[in-house]
Amino acid sequence: MSFPWAKNYEPKAPLMRWLDEKLPMPRLVYNAIGAGYPVPRNLNYFWNFGVLAGAALVIQIVTGIVLAMHFHSSAASAFDSVNGTIMRDVNSGWFLRYAHANGASMFFIVVYTHIFRGLYYGSYKAPREMVWLLGVVIFLLMMATAFMGYVLPWGQMSFWGAQVITGFFSAIPVVGESIRVWLLGGYAPDDATLNRFFSLHYLLPFVIAGVIILHIWALHIPGSNNPTGVDVKGEQDTVPFHPYYTAKDGFGLGIFMAIFAVLVFYFPDYLGHPDNYIPANPLATPAHIVPEWYFWPFYAILRAFTSDFLLPAKLWGVLAMFGSILLLFFLPWLDSSPIRSNNYRPKARIAFWVLVADVLVLGYCGGSPAEPIYIILSQICAAYYFLHFLVILPLIARSERPRPLPNSITEAVLGEHAGTSPAKTALA
Amino acid sequence: MVRGIAFLVGAAFAAVLAWALFWTVQGLIADPPAPTAEEEFHLHPRAANLASDGIMGKFDKQQLQRGFQVYKEVCSACHSLRFVAFRDLEGIGYSEGQVKAIATSYENIPTINADTGEPGVRKGTPADRFPMPFANDVAARAANGGAIPPDLSYITRARHGGADYVYSLVGHGYRPQPAKLLKEFPDLKTPDGKYYNPFYANLNIAMPPPLTSEGQVQYADGTKPTVDHMARDVAALLTWTADPQLETRHQYGFFSVLFLLIASGLAFGAYRNIWRDVKH
Repeated sequence: MSFPWAKNYEPKAPLMRWLDEKLPMPRLVYNAIGAGYPVPRNLNYFWNFGVLAGAALVIQIVTGIVLAMHFHSSAASAFDSVNGTIMRDVNSGWFLRYAHANGASMFFIVVYTHIFRGLYYGSYKAPREMVWLLGVVIFLLMMATAFMGYVLPWGQMSFWGAQVITGFFSAIPVVGESIRVWLLGGYAPDDATLNRFFSLHYLLPFVIAGVIILHIWALHIPGSNNPTGVDVKGEQDTVPFHPYYTAKDGFGLGIFMAIFAVLVFYFPDYLGHPDNYIPANPLATPAHIVPEWYFWPFYAILRAFTSDFLLPAKLWGVLAMFGSILLLFFLPWLDSSPIRSNNYRPKARIAFWVLVADVLVLGYCGGSPAEPIYIILSQICAAYYFLHFLVILPLIARSERPRPLPNSITEAVLGEHAGTSPAKTALA
Repeated sequence: MVRGIAFLVGAAFAAVLAWALFWTVQGLIADPPAPTAEEEFHLHPRAANLASDGIMGKFDKQQLQRGFQVYKEVCSACHSLRFVAFRDLEGIGYSEGQVKAIATSYENIPTINADTGEPGVRKGTPADRFPMPFANDVAARAANGGAIPPDLSYITRARHGGADYVYSLVGHGYRPQPAKLLKEFPDLKTPDGKYYNPFYANLNIAMPPPLTSEGQVQYADGTKPTVDHMARDVAALLTWTADPQLETRHQYGFFSVLFLLIASGLAFGAYRNIWRDVKH
């Protein structure tokens, strides 16, 4: 495991000793999220979001499994099974459905915060590149899962969302249309589409769970990053995950659940779209087709490409939309600064906050009708998005004078003259 | 190497976006978008101010029963309520006996004759859902000038503005087309068979005015049946049909949030206590 001073698992109860000999499962848990994992002592509340994302996945899987017991994956009865059976006849079915729909939103809120935390504190940099790469894989899987899940209730936005998203593939030259038909299992979304989306929507969360295990495994080799971005130097810089961070995460989880409950019980439709309460109708296109809010920034990038330039505008839009996520795979090698935390990078910090504002504006534009003002804003913000990652971040370190880094985490926490009083004595 | 390729890709996307931006702005200047009639004359719905509004909202069952009377005597001629069963009406304050009486008053529940196998109709039972006013979509379309009257079960959640929209549309929407509109858009005279209604998205709705005069419905509880009242009451009913668990939801919400805040407070105390000797 990560550090030589990590505590060793010593089973006390005879049963646990017996189990540890045959199958060291308790040891695995102890070293992963127990006292056997030393964590920097200075993590702030943004480090709660990894655990919250895990909790959100568990909520989605549990509610989803029960919902699947009542769902019909047929174009003729999917809408009625959700809005009739589940919402009205199944005991507390309405609660499960709201929890699952809003749980997806909570999952994305948490994961976006988690991603931006990683961007700000340079958690993607060496030696944590693999943690970041696996995180991007999880993000892609989440997007696919969420998209297919939104199709299942077979409302107007479900149907037309499926139509638009699978339409991306028809932008591929020559074979695009054939690929689209193959993906849909027909010329338009129908039974075949709904069935395969249901099947994959049930499968992918377990794939996500698997990649999360790899994500945590990869994290435990270098250990967690921290707000200073400075490496752990000794035992005084860390505390055991349990009970220190389990307690802190417990508090974070309580606040997360309280916000989630407000959404589920008081504003269950707030993040949804009224059109999805209208049954899918292939003959009536909604006035504005919009995806769920968590796709809005990417939808804005797609729609920003309005003019042909060597390639058709639609192909540019699709390339840019996928590119905007795929470029994250190269981020560890694009950012040339060895300093992780933006707390010590005055210029990169400004660029980071501009990026946050940029993505929020893109999101706003993506959720708005395709009117010229929103298109113009999307074009400007999409250009900044690409320039930020592909041009600014690689170059900015050259002209930047970083602020002095603390010598150690302990020094950063206790001030300049603290090297002499290690946290160990305080812990004892 | 990675950075060189990235630089080229970034420059390419930025250049294509700049090109698209140029043409968008150019198009905007060369051909500024003309204001549309919808932009100018579409109205946001008026507030229906229902008892169920807000996080402490509860249904006014008396009002829901009046709304049900409006649905039964007016709306149900064309609009279905296919997700609602007669037994659900106990939720708006009717007794078991009253529900049975309401159900049996519907004599057009489709059935198969048990002896001959012929399709026929029978009286309703509490377990039945409200019958469909038309045999199928084709019949519905044919009887309504080409537009299918939508099912009303979820109507307040399937439209922007919800209950306010329903209330405004049927209670205050029908009016003569403004002279100003005809002056600015002479081509947009409301076609025959359509009705001007500024709360409707494209301003011209196929539904004839459903609530036309005071006293169209004689309320059993003696409330004065003005058009405004009838519209408000039916909007309240349709809020219930779309969201029958509203009161349970609010109740669960209160206790869940209270519990979670207390639990968070305790967890915060535990966190501070565990960390009390560790500066961080």
